[in-house]
Amino acid sequence: MPPGSNRPQIVLLGVNHRTAPVEVREHLALRDSDPPALRLFADLPLCEEVVFLSTCNRVEVLVSSRHLDGVKRSIKELWLKKGRLDPGTLTKSLYEYEGTEAIKHLFRVASSLDSMVVGEPQILGQLKDAYNMALKEKTAGLVLNRLLCKAFSVAKRIRTETRIASQAVSISYAAVELAKKIFGDLKDKNAMLIGAGEMAELAAQHLISNGAKKLVVANRTLSRAVELARSLDGTAISLEEIEDALLDVDIVISSTGAPGLILKKDQVRRIMRPRHHRLLFFIDIAVPRDIDPKIHELDNVYLYDIDDLKGVIEFNKAERKKEAIKAERMVEAEVIKFMSWMETLDVIPVIHFLQKKAEAIRQRELSRSYKVIKSLNDEQQKALDILTRSMMQKILHDPIICLKKGAQNKDGEIILDVARRLFSMNSSNEE
Amino acid sequence: MHNFFFQIAIFIYFVSTIGFFMQVITLRKDVERIATIFLGAGFGLHTISLLMRWLAGGHPPFVNLYDSLSFLAWAIVGLFLLFQWQSKLKSFGAFVVPLAMVIMTGSSLQSKAIVPLPPALRSIWLPIHAIICLCADAIFALAACGAVMFLIQERQIKNKRLGAIFQRLPSLEALDSMNRRCLTWGFPLLTLGIVTGSIWAEEAWGSYWSWDPKETWSLITWFIYAALLHQRLTVGWRGRKAAIMTLVGFAVLIFTFLGVSLLLSGAHSYATWFK
Repeated sequence: MPPGSNRPQIVLLGVNHRTAPVEVREHLALRDSDPPALRLFADLPLCEEVVFLSTCNRVEVLVSSRHLDGVKRSIKELWLKKGRLDPGTLTKSLYEYEGTEAIKHLFRVASSLDSMVVGEPQILGQLKDAYNMALKEKTAGLVLNRLLCKAFSVAKRIRTETRIASQAVSISYAAVELAKKIFGDLKDKNAMLIGAGEMAELAAQHLISNGAKKLVVANRTLSRAVELARSLDGTAISLEEIEDALLDVDIVISSTGAPGLILKKDQVRRIMRPRHHRLLFFIDIAVPRDIDPKIHELDNVYLYDIDDLKGVIEFNKAERKKEAIKAERMVEAEVIKFMSWMETLDVIPVIHFLQKKAEAIRQRELSRSYKVIKSLNDEQQKALDILTRSMMQKILHDPIICLKKGAQNKDGEIILDVARRLFSMNSSNEE
Repeated sequence: MHNFFFQIAIFIYFVSTIGFFMQVITLRKDVERIATIFLGAGFGLHTISLLMRWLAGGHPPFVNLYDSLSFLAWAIVGLFLLFQWQSKLKSFGAFVVPLAMVIMTGSSLQSKAIVPLPPALRSIWLPIHAIICLCADAIFALAACGAVMFLIQERQIKNKRLGAIFQRLPSLEALDSMNRRCLTWGFPLLTLGIVTGSIWAEEAWGSYWSWDPKETWSLITWFIYAALLHQRLTVGWRGRKAAIMTLVGFAVLIFTFLGVSLLLSGAHSYATWFK
């Protein structure tokens, strides 16, 4: 390996709603691991910087490392060990991106082009959370800082410059659309949120803006339920009261972080008679799931989990496709820009060295001259300083430009090597 | 002359049927409006045809199967227009209007001759009893269309197939509430139809109830709808079960209407009177 090419590379490994079913994503999220998943990845020896993103629809590890194959192997080993998955399933569902591909994927994720609902706004917030987590844990450095900031700005640009976002339907919005197809009008319908997460809150807002009458918020920590209920003008209950509350709600949106099922088939079967078999619609957006899938078998009860909602979303796809193409072009352009920056990572030390060396020479020669020509007054000294500096800058200008440009071309390595030798960089480094 | 209007009405119903199918395929609002306008025009001509037949015959046109089917189709179209005017139900027309078309076609295959009214039917109760019964039948026909739509849509949602069909059908609750409305209107009418028939029977034959096949089968139909209505109001049978029961009721109703008239003999049998 030539000495100059040893710059960090970006790797992204992950699964999303297309490559892996909920169950596999649940395993890879490493939700209950201790230390937390981010720490586990950051402690891998070959891993220099890392950001760990885990949402309902995707689990992704973004890493900057100088040893691509090694770091990929160790991430997979960690997942197999901690996620308790068999290697076959992991290989089948995992995607691996490097360099340009990884950057492009991240930009697409951030701009919600890779979302189940293209254009849904939540993913950007989730990515920001993941990044903040990495900042807090100090696992993100020069490369990932720049990459994520760029990802956020790309996402923002795409949101403002294409119509993707304006047509965006999030999962919760899609859920509301489906509820409308079951109930027609949501005007006299009551809704219950189980779990007081952000997703649930968004769904609740959609329901309310569509006319839902009453809102019940159930949460394990009652204080959070009370808080959310107050902001949404609803009532708060504890998880134990869910069964009673089911009697007069029509739409249930569940999104807790609970590891097991919260609502069983028998519980729902019991309440159907007292509620006069009025239609009951469950939306389970939690990963792992909260509601027993068997509930869907009951008459007049409909249960959709996060994967099922795909069907609702597929519709508007065609309309959005055109805007998506525009957005993809913007992503491509930004990826190229970022790759250029990545490639200058090699050049920057050389340029710095050049500038430092020249400046050192200049200073040395100046002070020598001042000693020899004692008669110089301040003004003349100043003039001499400016003269030498501009000479230095003019002489260095072309080589620096050549290096910067060369770095983005194929012959960058050669130019770098030549530059190092011309200015005897390696030997003077050792000095 | 009444036949001329009848034929034009059939033709216009046919155009309207195609219009409603087109609307379901293209989802265009203007197509639906045009189809509805056509249907309204056909309904107007159909009304003229019925009135002319009444005038030409000198007695209410409720004597043979042609009359009954024609009036049934007329009532279905009329109630459909009324219903759509009140609360719009997506794609309803594509189910109801073809049914009306089929009934009209069935009617047109029957003998259209205006026959003198048999003495037994010469009563003010003839139009009252017939109109009430046929309107009840028409309402149940609408309910059956709604039930079919409900079952299709319910399957889509249960099987999580949210494609073209799902998109074109109304919401489950809209369909279910239509079922309820049809039932709460249709059932009292059916009851009233049986009661008026019974009063008329007493007047004509001196007995309120003589277990004539039509009477028996009407009673069976009545019991089915009564059971459905009862279950709806008390236990809250709705959705799928209600839709299936509605279809069962309608199947029995068709038998009461056609089967009894054509296959079994009795006071209501067209077969015996007009051979």
